[in-house]
Amino acid sequence: MTRSTFFRTGLRRSLIATAVGATVAATAVSNTAMAQERELLNSSYDIARELFSAINPEFQAWWQEEYGEEIAISQSHGGSSAQARAIMQGMRADVVTFNQVTDVQVLADAGLVAEDWQDAFDNNASPYYSTTAFLVRKGNPKGIESWDDLVKEDVQMVFPNPKTSGNGRYTYLAAWGFAENEFDGDEEKIQDFMRTFLRNVAVFDTGGRGATTSFIERGIGDVLISFESEVNNIRGEYGSDDYEVIVPPVSILAEFPVAVVGENAERNGNSDLAQSYLEYLYREDTQRLLAGFNYRVHDETVVAEFADQFPDTELLEVEDVFGSWEEAMENHFEGGALLDQLQRR
Amino acid sequence: MRRIGDAPAVRRLLIGAALLLSALFLLLPLVAIFAQAFSQGVMVFWANVSNTFTLHAIGLTLVIALLTIPICLVFGVALAWLVTRFSFPGRRILQTLIDIPFAVSPVVAGLIYLLLYGRNGWIGSWLDTHDIQLMFAWPGILMVTIFVTCPFVARELIPLMQAQGSREEEAAVTLGAGGWTTFRRVTLPNIRWALLYGIILTNARAVGEFGAVSVVAGAIRGKTNTLPLHLEQLYQDYNAVGAFASAALLALIALLTLAAKAGLEWRAARQEAFL
Amino acid sequence: MSQLALWRSGSARVLPGFGLSMGISVLFISLVLLLPITGLFGQLAGLSLAEYWAIITEGRVVASYMVTIGAAAVAALVNAVFGLLLAWVLVRYEFPGKRLLDALMDLPFALPTAVAGITLATLYAGNGWMGSLLEPLGFQVAYTWVGIALAMAFTSIPFVVRTVQPVLEDLPAEVDEAAMSLGATDGVAFRRVIMPHLWPALVTGTGLAFVRSLGEFGAIIFIAGNMPYETEITALMIFVKLQEYDYAGASAIASVVLFVSLALLLAINIWQGRFVRRLHGGTG
Repeated sequence: MTRSTFFRTGLRRSLIATAVGATVAATAVSNTAMAQERELLNSSYDIARELFSAINPEFQAWWQEEYGEEIAISQSHGGSSAQARAIMQGMRADVVTFNQVTDVQVLADAGLVAEDWQDAFDNNASPYYSTTAFLVRKGNPKGIESWDDLVKEDVQMVFPNPKTSGNGRYTYLAAWGFAENEFDGDEEKIQDFMRTFLRNVAVFDTGGRGATTSFIERGIGDVLISFESEVNNIRGEYGSDDYEVIVPPVSILAEFPVAVVGENAERNGNSDLAQSYLEYLYREDTQRLLAGFNYRVHDETVVAEFADQFPDTELLEVEDVFGSWEEAMENHFEGGALLDQLQRR
Repeated sequence: MRRIGDAPAVRRLLIGAALLLSALFLLLPLVAIFAQAFSQGVMVFWANVSNTFTLHAIGLTLVIALLTIPICLVFGVALAWLVTRFSFPGRRILQTLIDIPFAVSPVVAGLIYLLLYGRNGWIGSWLDTHDIQLMFAWPGILMVTIFVTCPFVARELIPLMQAQGSREEEAAVTLGAGGWTTFRRVTLPNIRWALLYGIILTNARAVGEFGAVSVVAGAIRGKTNTLPLHLEQLYQDYNAVGAFASAALLALIALLTLAAKAGLEWRAARQEAFL
Repeated sequence: MSQLALWRSGSARVLPGFGLSMGISVLFISLVLLLPITGLFGQLAGLSLAEYWAIITEGRVVASYMVTIGAAAVAALVNAVFGLLLAWVLVRYEFPGKRLLDALMDLPFALPTAVAGITLATLYAGNGWMGSLLEPLGFQVAYTWVGIALAMAFTSIPFVVRTVQPVLEDLPAEVDEAAMSLGATDGVAFRRVIMPHLWPALVTGTGLAFVRSLGEFGAIIFIAGNMPYETEITALMIFVKLQEYDYAGASAIASVVLFVSLALLLAINIWQGRFVRRLHGGTG
C-alpha cells in the first residue's frame, strides 16, 4: 500500500466512523431530551443537591397519587448568583430555590418573577432558614465560642470569599452585626474589628464547598464558618468525633427564598406544577425532611420535634442592621466599597 | 564524531534531571488522580462510573467532541492552506486572529457567547421569539467548544506547511493535476501526522473544557452536564472519590490520546525509515 | 516584489483553492471568533472612558495584574529552562522510557484544567504528598503565589517543549561537529553554536506559555488561596464581576487581558514569520 492510499482509506474510514457515531449519539441525546412527560426544572444553590435529590422523589410520588400524572424533575445547581444570571440569559427554570434574597430580587427586577414574590408564599417565601455557625477541630483547642474569639491573634479562619459567595457575605454581615452591638455603633471600632477579622482569614475560596475542602481535606485554619445546616452536615459527613459545631449566641438570619419563574413556567406549561412544588416544601413531612438536613423550619410540630438540634440564638436580620439588602450590597460589597477598603493593606 | 553533550557524565546528569523533574511535575499528579479514584477499592470506583448521571455525562462529552472535530478539521486545513500557500495583505492579522481563543480566558469565552446568543443578546432574543434555544442546551456547549478548540489544527499545520513550502504542489498543478487531486495526493500525505496530532489535541481539549462550558451549560444534571462539570459537582458534594473517578476517566481519555499520538509518531518514523 | 504586487500578479498564485480556503476561513473566523467578540465590545460601549479607566485601574484589580503577570513570568522562565532541558534530552539522547517521557509532555494539554487544579491542590497542600515534604523545609506552595506559578507552569510546559523540539531535531549534525572539532567545551559550544539556532523557538514557546498563563483560571483557582491584594488573579476578578451581574465591568477587565494577550501573540507571530524567512531566505 502506498502512503497516500493508506492514509486516504484510513482517514476516510475514521471520518465516516466519526460522522456515524456523532449522528447516533446525537439522536440518543435528543431522544432523552424529548421525553413525553412534563418536566419541572428547579434551579438551586450549589449545596442543595442532596436536599432536592431527597425531596424530588417524594414530590413526584405525591403528584402521581394526587393527579395520576407522571412527571420528571431536573435539577440545576450552582452559585445562586450564577444561577440567576443563567435564568436571565435564557435558562428555562420553572422554579428557583436560592440562598440569597438578592438573587431572586434580580429576577423580579428583570420581570421574570412576580414583583410581590415575597408575599406569594408564607414566611417571606422562605420555607426554611438557617444561620451562620462555626465548625472547630476536636476539643475546640482555641476556645472559640463567639465572634470576638475570632479576632484573637492566633486564630485562623476559613470562609468563602464574600465577593463570590452568598455564604461568605452572610459571614461578613454576621460579624459586622455582632460588632455593631458590641461597640454600640461606634463606626471606627467596628471597622477595626472587621479589619482584624478579615486579616485572620487563611484562605478565601470562591464557594462554600471549596472552603470546606480547605478546612477538612487540607487541614487549614482553626475554624470554618458556614451555614449552620452546612457545618452540621459536614460534621455528619466527616465524623462527629473530629469536629465540633459551635452556634454563636448572636448570628444572622439566613433566609432561603423560593419563587416561581412565571414566564418560564407558563411557557413550559408548568405553572400548576411549579406552584405545587414550592407549596410542597411547607408541608409537615417535607419540613421534617428539611430539618433532617439541619435546616431550621417553621412548622410548629417539626420545630418541637427537633428542638434539641437547634440552640437558641439571637438572629439579626439584614434589614434591621443594614437597612435593606440593597444598601448592604452597595455599602459593603461593591467594587471599592467597605469590604475592599477593609482588606487593603 | 562526538556531538555536544555526549560525554557520559553530562548525559547522565541531564537525563536524570529531566526524568526526575518530569516525574515530580507531570507524572505525580497523574498517579495522584488514580490513587484517589481507587482509594476505596475498584467496586466503589465502578459504582461511581456506572451511575446514570456519570454515564450521561460521558455520552454528552463524547458527542460534543465528535461533532467538534470535523468542523475544526475543515477550518484548520482551509486556514493553513490559505496562509501558507498564498500571499495577501492581512495574512499575518488572520493568523493572529486564530489565536484569539488562546488569548481569551475560557470563562470570558463562555460569557461572550452568552451575551450574544442568550435571551438578552441580539441574536438570542430573535431566536427566543422563534422558540429556538441554543444556550443551556447542547448546541451552546458545542459552540463554545468549537471556539476554544479551533486553533489547534491550524496551529499544528501552519508551521509545517510553511517549512515544507509549496514546490511539490506547484509541480503537480503544472503537470495538470486538479486542485482537489493535488491536495489529496501531494499535500495530505505530507501533513497527515501533523493533522492527526491537531485532531488529537482538539479532541483532548474538547473533552476537557470546563470554564467556557460551565458558563453556557447551566449544569442540568442528566441533560447538559459534561464530564468535567459533573466532576466538579461531585467534588462539591463531598464525593471526592466520585470526583476523582470522573477525573480518572478524563485522565484515561488523555492517556489514550497520548498513546494514539505516540503510536502515530512511531508509525511515521518507521515509514520514513522505509523510504 | 512587494507583497501587494505579489498578490495582484496572477502568476504568483499557481495553486488553486484561494477562493475556497479564503471563504471558509473568513466565514469561520467571522462567525465563531469575531461575532461573539463584538458582544464584549458592545458591553464596553455602555461605559464612558472615565468609567472604563476607573474599573481597570481599581486597586484590587491592579494588584491582581501584578500577581498574574509576576507568576506568569516566573512560570514562563521556569518553563524556558525546564522545557529546553526536556526538549534537549528527548532529541539528543536514547534511554529507556524515552517514548513514555515524550508522551508525558502533552499531558498538561490533554488533562482538563479543573482536574489539574484539584490534583495540584491535593498534592501541594500541607497534608499532601508534596506539601508534607516541602512545608517542614519552610516552602509553602499551596495558597501562595508559588502555587499560582506552579499551576501556570504545569498547564503551559508543552508550549516550550513542543516549539523547541522540532527545531532541535532539524539542526544538522554538522553544526555540532564543527563546534566540537574546534575544541570548544560543551558549555561554550552550546552557548555559541546551538543557542543562536534555538532561541527564536525558545522565545516563541516561552511567549506562548506566558500568554496561556495570563488567561488560565480553572487550574489556578483551587491552589491560589485567593487572598485580596496577594493571591488574587485577574481571571478571578472577571469572575467576581460576573457574580455581581456587572457585565460591563467583567468585559472591561477581560478586554485588558485580551488586548495584552493579542498584542503579545501578534508580536510572536511576526517574530516567527521573520525567523522562517531568515531560515528559508524566501519571502516567507
